[in-house]
Amino acid sequence: MSIYQEHILEHYHNPCNNKILDNATNSESATNSTCGDKIRIDIILNNNIISDVSFSGEGCAISQATASMLTEKIKGEHIDVLKKMTKDDILSLLGITLSHTRLKCALLSLEVAQKSILN
Amino acid sequence: MIIDKIKKDFQIFKNNPNLIYLDSAATSLTPDLVVDTMNDYYYNYNANISRGVYKLSEIATDKYEQAREKVAKFIGASSSQIIFTSGTTASINTIAFGLMRKISKDSKIAITASEHHSNFVPWQRLVSKDRLSIIKLNKNGYIDLEDFKEKITSKTSLLTISHVSNVLGTINPIKKLVNIAKQINPEIIVIVDGAQSTPHMSIDIQDLDCDFFVFSAHKMCGPTGVGVIYGKKELLEQLTPMFSGGNMTDKVSFTETTFTQIPQKLEAGTPNIAGVIGLGAAVEYLKNIGLDNIKTHEAELLLYTQQKLYKTFGNDIIIFGPSNIKDRSGVLSFTFKNYHPHDIASILDSYSNICVRAGNHCAMPLHTNVLCVVATTRISFYIYNTEYDVDKLIEGLKEVKKILK
Repeated sequence: MSIYQEHILEHYHNPCNNKILDNATNSESATNSTCGDKIRIDIILNNNIISDVSFSGEGCAISQATASMLTEKIKGEHIDVLKKMTKDDILSLLGITLSHTRLKCALLSLEVAQKSILN
Repeated sequence: MIIDKIKKDFQIFKNNPNLIYLDSAATSLTPDLVVDTMNDYYYNYNANISRGVYKLSEIATDKYEQAREKVAKFIGASSSQIIFTSGTTASINTIAFGLMRKISKDSKIAITASEHHSNFVPWQRLVSKDRLSIIKLNKNGYIDLEDFKEKITSKTSLLTISHVSNVLGTINPIKKLVNIAKQINPEIIVIVDGAQSTPHMSIDIQDLDCDFFVFSAHKMCGPTGVGVIYGKKELLEQLTPMFSGGNMTDKVSFTETTFTQIPQKLEAGTPNIAGVIGLGAAVEYLKNIGLDNIKTHEAELLLYTQQKLYKTFGNDIIIFGPSNIKDRSGVLSFTFKNYHPHDIASILDSYSNICVRAGNHCAMPLHTNVLCVVATTRISFYIYNTEYDVDKLIEGLKEVKKILK
């Protein structure tokens, strides 16, 4: 099965929450050194609730689509939801299996989002 | 060259009938002859070398040393100038470590902007950043000669440079550059990374006249885990061994150890015996095909690819490196619209069974500071590639455009 499924391409071509939040309470960015993908995540926290979240940066279809899906998933949720998310949650969002190399593309946004709420 | 006949030398094509392999710059495929030669060692004379006084060990030692002679002949050196390592990375690290004491504290190391990380990071680790002079490239991917002459001074103790860029494919004029560098500073040590040239063109080490030349077996039909250092004798003798232990000693006592002669001095421990013998077979295999034939074949494929890519995709394709085919080896890196190379490579693989490389190809400074792109898609050719492979690539790229829009 190709990893370029319709729903993934839809998020890639029309990503959700693809912007910078100027009034973010938490921000973090990171680079995937193998392909140079860059992802920044902005979050607005309100009493531990993620009242708004966005992503920006550049990367492959998988990394962009995952960031889009992830931000959709966690918007309005308690930060514990984000804290507890794992690789498997990302894969079930995507609904595909990924090779070792491409897994890095998919996990970058989760890593960045979780890092942003560490402090 | 009769490619159909060559393809039959590689079992992998029988086992993967639709395989389009365009990533030989990363690692080449291995002909059955090389695999069989290595199996022969394990099946028939599996023993350690240089130690046993029994027949099997003597056969293994003979075959290992014959491989050294074959490799030496292949580049026009003598066998005592050939050191076996585990690969180009190990070769460069061995030289960097070995020269550490020789490089004076106030001297500089010159390097080009297009080096693979394996010929960059070991030197960056060796000296502070103000002692590393980066030689610029011009916009077509050639070394900027003016900058070269400026960066090499009487204080430059070492110049390290790739023969062929693994991203741009540029064939650097090594002989000319060695000449200029030695005119400026006769004491300069010149190291040439031949990982991308040795598999694809005839190498005459006497003509290049560099001090060290390194390459890997696995990019030239040999196995992974074997590399080579060629060095001028007096310099090889001056290298401090990075590894010490068995096989490289002369006299060992509780208080002191003396080392044996090169090449053994730099080959501590049991080497990759089957692998080295396999490289010997690979070298013979390439010689039979003819290095000049290989070069011509790749140049023809490059020209065909360049024309097809531009004709089919026009300005959507940007190819990096020299546009003049005679200045480049069979490596071609490009960007395609704003598509991410990882997506291009994944789609080519899953829809068309085409293997290409995506990313910065272990040359991050080149991508970031010179090409100014995050990543590129790279195709690279070898003896088994044909115009059919290129046609399939073009079809595959059309599919990429259809999917990513």
